[in-house]
Amino acid sequence: MKILVCVTSVPDTTTKIAFTDNNTRLNKAGVTFITGPYDDYALARAVELKEKLGASVTVLNVGEADAEPVIRKCLAIGADDAIRVNAEPTDAYFVAEQIAAIAKDAQYDLILMGRESIDYNGGQVHGIVGEMLGIPSISPVMLLDIAGDTAQITREIEGGKEELEAKLPLVLGCQEPIAEWKIPNMRGIMTARTKPLKIVEPTGTDKLTAVGSYELPAPRGSVKMIKAEEAETLIQLLRTEAKVI
Amino acid sequence: MSVLIFAELDEGKLKKSSQEAIFYGAKVADMLGTSATAIVIGQADDSELASAGRFGATKVLHAADGKLNEPNGMAYSTVVAAAAQQESSKVVVLAKSSLADAMTARLAGKLKAGLAANVIELPDLSAGFRVKSSIYTGKAFAYNDLKADVKILAIKKNTITPEETEATASVETFSPALNESDFVITVKKTEKATGDVLLPEADLVVSAGRGLKGPENWAIVEDLAKALGAATACSKPVSDLDWRPHHEHVGQTGIKVSPNLYIAAGISGAIQHLAGVNSSKVIVVINKDPEAPFFKSADYGIVGDVFDVLPRLTKAVQGL
Repeated sequence: MKILVCVTSVPDTTTKIAFTDNNTRLNKAGVTFITGPYDDYALARAVELKEKLGASVTVLNVGEADAEPVIRKCLAIGADDAIRVNAEPTDAYFVAEQIAAIAKDAQYDLILMGRESIDYNGGQVHGIVGEMLGIPSISPVMLLDIAGDTAQITREIEGGKEELEAKLPLVLGCQEPIAEWKIPNMRGIMTARTKPLKIVEPTGTDKLTAVGSYELPAPRGSVKMIKAEEAETLIQLLRTEAKVI
Repeated sequence: MSVLIFAELDEGKLKKSSQEAIFYGAKVADMLGTSATAIVIGQADDSELASAGRFGATKVLHAADGKLNEPNGMAYSTVVAAAAQQESSKVVVLAKSSLADAMTARLAGKLKAGLAANVIELPDLSAGFRVKSSIYTGKAFAYNDLKADVKILAIKKNTITPEETEATASVETFSPALNESDFVITVKKTEKATGDVLLPEADLVVSAGRGLKGPENWAIVEDLAKALGAATACSKPVSDLDWRPHHEHVGQTGIKVSPNLYIAAGISGAIQHLAGVNSSKVIVVINKDPEAPFFKSADYGIVGDVFDVLPRLTKAVQGL
C-alpha cells in the first residue's frame, strides 16, 4: 500500500498573530512553526498503518525552504521519503493542483492530510484533490481502518458521527482521535537526516486567489464584572443591555 | 449570470444558516445588478421552497431525485455545478456546514473557482472582487482578492442578519444527470444527537470546562442551556477526558462557533480555546479564579463558584 501524507508548516497554536509590511505579511519574528496539528494526526495514523499492514509513507509539503524542519520531523516520526513543492501555499486550488499532479504519477492508495490547516482554516484542499483525481474525499475523519482494498471510516457530522465504508483510493481529511500524536525518537531523528527529500517546482495555473492584506480583530471593550451574589443581574443585562436573549 | 446559492434542508425545512446565505447571495446579486437563484436538493414542499423568496431569491431550482434524499457531498456538488452552468453563475454562495464543507471543495475543483472560506462580510467590488474572511482560527482576518472567473464564497454563521419580505420565489424542478461515481461511499450507521440544539447552528451556547470537576456534574450546565434554548459545549480537556463527546469540543482544534452569546463556566481561557469562540457577539465568563485569562476576552464576568452561580442563572432565566 502506498500512502501520501500532506503536511503544512504553520505557526504554533499558542502564537500571538501579528502582521508586518503594512499588514501584508505574517510577522514571523519569534514564531515557532510546527506541523499542522491535524496533519500530525494524519501522519501518526499513516505510520500506524505502515506498521500494521506494511506500506510506504511519503510526506508532501507545498511550501518554501523554511518548511524543511517540519518535513524532517515527519521523516523522523516514520515517513519513508518526502517531497517539497517549492511554492508559497496560499491558494487552496493551487495547492490541490500540486498534490494532484504528484499523486497522478505515483498512484497512492490513500492520500491523508489534516481536516484543515490552522493558518487559513479553509479545509478545502482534500476535497479539491479528490475532485481533480476523480476519487472520493471524506472529512473530518475520526477513525480509519483498512482491510484489503476497503476502508472503514468514522466521520464527524454536526452533533454526531457516521460510519462509512469506501473502496481505495481515497483522499481523507483527518482529525482526532484517529491516532495519538507521535514524538520522534533519537533513532528516528538520526535516520531522518539521510532519508530522501525531493524538491520539485510547482506546475499548473496561476493562483486563483491572493490575500491583499490582513487585519487583527478589534479588541473587546472592557469586561463588566458582576458580583457572584448578584448573579441574577447578568440575565437582566443580557436581556436589556446586550439584547442577546 | 444570476448569483447561485446552495440552500440546505434540515427535515424538509430551509436551515437558518441557509436563509442567511440566500439573503447574502441576494445582496451580492444586487451589487452585481443580477438576480439570486437558490438551489435546493432533497425533499421539501413547494411552499417551503417558495419561502426562499422571503430572503431575496427570485427563483428556486429544486433537485428532488430520490437518489439525493440522503446528504452526499459529492453528488450534491455535481448538482450545484450543473445549476451553476445552467444559470451561467459566476458567484456561488454556501453557508458553512458539515455538508457544505464537503461540497465547496468538490465544487471549486469542478468549476475551477476562486474560493474563499469563512467569509464574514459582503464583498467589496470597488476594485475587483475582495472578501473578508476569518483566518488563524479567528485570531485574524484576511482580505482575499478572488481572481478566477467563477467565485465561491462559504460564509460563516452570523455574517449577515436576514431581513424578510413577503416575496415568494418561483420554483422549477431541476434534474441534472447524476454520476454513479458520486455514490460509492456506503453510510453504514449514523449517530446524531436528537432534540438538542446543534452547536454549529446555535445562537446561544453554554460551555463548561474542567471547573465542573466531572461529567456527573453536567446537569447544571444542561439545565441552564435548556432554560435558554442554548446548545452545550465544552473545552478540549473535557473532551479529551471523555467527559463530553468530541462534537461538543470548542476551540482551535475543535468546533469554531460564532453565536450571539457564549457562556463559559469553569474554563480558564487558553489561547487555543479563545480561538474557537472569539467571534461570538457576547462572551460571559464564570470562574472562581479572578486571574483566569478568559476574563480579559469577556464582555461580562462573574468571579464565583460555578456550582452556585449556574443554578441561580437558570432560575433567573426561568423567572423563578
